Amino acid sequence: MCTYITEKVAISGSAKGASGWFRVTDGSVYFDHPVHAPEGHTLNIDLLAPEQGPSARVAVELNVESARALAKAIEAVLESVPPGLA
Amino acid sequence: MYDAILAETVMISGHGGDTIEAYSARPLQAGPVGGVVVIHHMPGYDEATKEIARTFAVHGYNAIMPNLYWREAPGASPDDAAATARAQGGVPDERLVGDVAGAAAYLKSLTNSNGKVGVIGYCSGGRQSFLAAISLDLDAAVDCYGAFIVGTPPEGMPLKVGPIVDRTPQLSCPLLGLFGADDQYPSPGQVAEFEQALKAAGKTYEFHSYEGAGHAFFSVNRPAYRPEAAVDGWQKIFDFYGKYLAA
Repeated sequence: MCTYITEKVAISGSAKGASGWFRVTDGSVYFDHPVHAPEGHTLNIDLLAPEQGPSARVAVELNVESARALAKAIEAVLESVPPGLA
Repeated sequence: MYDAILAETVMISGHGGDTIEAYSARPLQAGPVGGVVVIHHMPGYDEATKEIARTFAVHGYNAIMPNLYWREAPGASPDDAAATARAQGGVPDERLVGDVAGAAAYLKSLTNSNGKVGVIGYCSGGRQSFLAAISLDLDAAVDCYGAFIVGTPPEGMPLKVGPIVDRTPQLSCPLLGLFGADDQYPSPGQVAEFEQALKAAGKTYEFHSYEGAGHAFFSVNRPAYRPEAAVDGWQKIFDFYGKYLAA
């Protein structure tokens, strides 16, 4: 199905896309059909700069296990950052 | 038999008179031939759906697929355009109907047209195919596993569509429905409810649900592809259009 399940989040940082690095301002996290991954549905993350148009996008499509592992890894890394740095 | 086709990107007039991109595929025979508006799935105006348009041309139909995301993302790659459109909640129903009306008018303006136009849509396009057929005067409609004709999106899903089954009495043409028995959107129960509405309204329709197939079983480039269902489904489509769109 086309789920449209989407969480949007304001972000600040940079991402590397097809035409090099750019500043990203928006993130979309959603669960839907992938374009490329060999799965029926995937957890998809778009890092976006809408002001620069639809092509200013870095996309990943992850199976459910990978997405959970990635989320856990991000949290674990942030938790272990020494005080004062984050 | 002369079997040349011409496939190309064209610009057509869509909802509100907007000029939008569309993919045209048509046989070069003199005609007269029927026309098919192809409504792409949510992942967009992509290579796989363009191939579907070309398949209709090979089988003797003028086909056109409007780029439903042209306004949000002109010139963007299909996946980037789909990401942009989905972030905005999808295509509004009213705009979809206007774009299909423009596409149908384009088909009827072709010199080899027999004046008949059908519509077909996949996934979110399945619902949109039915939506077009209850909103416009068409000759045949095919719904391939469209969700939310019956039923509302689960809570928390920002999909801006509602059920349209109550508008079944307005259906303007025969309907072919192709579904996967393992699909949950639409579920077999929802397909049954949809069928009841068609029966109650006295509409001409035929439904086929394939065992061992789920959602998107026509998608040759996805793991959901089910060759048995897809091959039979294509045959059902050509039989149906042969009956209602032939000269």
